[in-house]
Amino acid sequence: MVSFAIKMTRRHKLSVFKVNKTIEEINDKIKRGEAVVVNAEEMIDIVRKEGAIEAAKKVDVVTTGTFGTMCSSGALLNFGHTAPKIKAAKVWLNDVEAYGSLAAVDLYIGASAVKKGDPLNAVHPGRFEYGGGHVIEDLIAKKPVKLSAEGYGTDCYPAKRIEMEIFIDDLKEATLLNPRNAYQNYSVATNSTDKTIYTYMGVLKPGFANATYSSAGQLSPLLNDPFYLTTGIGTRIFLGGGVGYVIWHGTQHNPNEERNERGVPKTGAGALAVVGDMKQMSPDFIKGASILGYGVSLSVGVGIPIPVLNEEIAFFTSVSDEEINAYIFDYGHDYPLKIDNNYGLTNYKELKSGFITINGKKVPTAPLSSYSGAVKIAETLKQWILDRKFFLTKPSALLPQSKDYEPLKYLKKYEKNL
Amino acid sequence: MISKKVVLRFPEEIAGKPLVSDICKKFDLTFNIMRANIFPRKEGILTLEISGEKASFTSGIQYLKDNGVSINFVEESINRDENKCYHCGFCVAVCPTEALTIINRKTMKVDLFKDRCIACGYCVRVCPAKAMSLPEEF
Repeated sequence: MVSFAIKMTRRHKLSVFKVNKTIEEINDKIKRGEAVVVNAEEMIDIVRKEGAIEAAKKVDVVTTGTFGTMCSSGALLNFGHTAPKIKAAKVWLNDVEAYGSLAAVDLYIGASAVKKGDPLNAVHPGRFEYGGGHVIEDLIAKKPVKLSAEGYGTDCYPAKRIEMEIFIDDLKEATLLNPRNAYQNYSVATNSTDKTIYTYMGVLKPGFANATYSSAGQLSPLLNDPFYLTTGIGTRIFLGGGVGYVIWHGTQHNPNEERNERGVPKTGAGALAVVGDMKQMSPDFIKGASILGYGVSLSVGVGIPIPVLNEEIAFFTSVSDEEINAYIFDYGHDYPLKIDNNYGLTNYKELKSGFITINGKKVPTAPLSSYSGAVKIAETLKQWILDRKFFLTKPSALLPQSKDYEPLKYLKKYEKNL
Repeated sequence: MISKKVVLRFPEEIAGKPLVSDICKKFDLTFNIMRANIFPRKEGILTLEISGEKASFTSGIQYLKDNGVSINFVEESINRDENKCYHCGFCVAVCPTEALTIINRKTMKVDLFKDRCIACGYCVRVCPAKAMSLPEEF
């Protein structure tokens, strides 16, 4: 906290930037209905045409979005006390096991939990028809969900077994609490073996016959804030159709992954832990996912506004698909064995074109993350801001930072081109 | 000339008969095999595109039916629930005929061309949102 405060003051005093705006100033403009808000796709052309400095003067907020399956998601629910009371040690929602050992009637249901009696991969590839992700979607869609719980009985909580129907609106609390979402970037998956494999990266055909990728690329939140300069703890975001917050760095957040000449990491790198009120959310942006042969997950829509405080942030938010690289990994052999090997570097322009080259061979690609969903999210967030319903926040603390960052280092490299 | 994709199911009793070869010889039809499977109970399934004169086509199909083959026309049988589909792209990775493909590389929305579908059912199994469906007889 202290070091953050010092850093901010020093940055301001030194004023290494030509444009210096504050979050307060931007929020005032939003209040007055004067803020200029564009999505991260629109920002590319603005910076290319007018340069980072002019773009920073002109644009106040860049909105981003991503909509894909994000494991490490779950819901924290409080179902209220029953009569007689129970200290629910074991809990199931629509026969999907949740974690109950929090208190009496608090529970946490993980997106990847599968329904009791699911054949799993007994007949490979398993279908994984229903699980935690679907329970979360059903709750948000305001469908009834069957809750069963078992307790061992205490003097204050005598009930040993309950079964009831719950609706989201009757719950005291329904909070989406996702330990790792919005991965900054992701791997491209392919399969070197002679068998079709069924992975969380989709179906990968033998002999490098296809490749899949999972990122919104130029629209993705942390690819537009590659050094986590404005996205930090406390940042207000779009989450699943409602308002949420960044609460911590995501599990496995690694700011020191290899970066390209624009400072954009070439693989996973950063991630966010996020939280939001499920009662505000919509099944349009939160969907249970059954992944053939792999399991259950949750597709989550996340959108993050980036305040354009200076020309460097304008530069970072102007990143385009061809400037975002991703390594190609073999999910048939290397990945499951944790062998550090890759099949080259591609970029999102190539990936989105439908073909990449692996070992000199043209390989068809397919996305797993919905780009049209990402656009819809960035546009919704833009509209919220223009409607003066959504204001920007200054992080109360920064996420773990990258050693590679120095103010203006990457913009200076590009200045001639801008 | 007409050309239609059909899914033929051969019950165990007739799985050994050369019925498809018969319709070529007897009715002057041509066919293109898209999918062929024999299941553990010896029931066979064959997806063909059959082409020929309209009258011959009708007689050929009737011949197959008379011999105990159950026939379903693939055309328009695949269905996508537009409320469930969120255009992720999982299906694009598996569709063998580009019935599911992405034409517009800016919006990246997944297009469905029902006329290219051979009712293989891969998309039905792979769709994480369960948006794709085929009638039960497939």
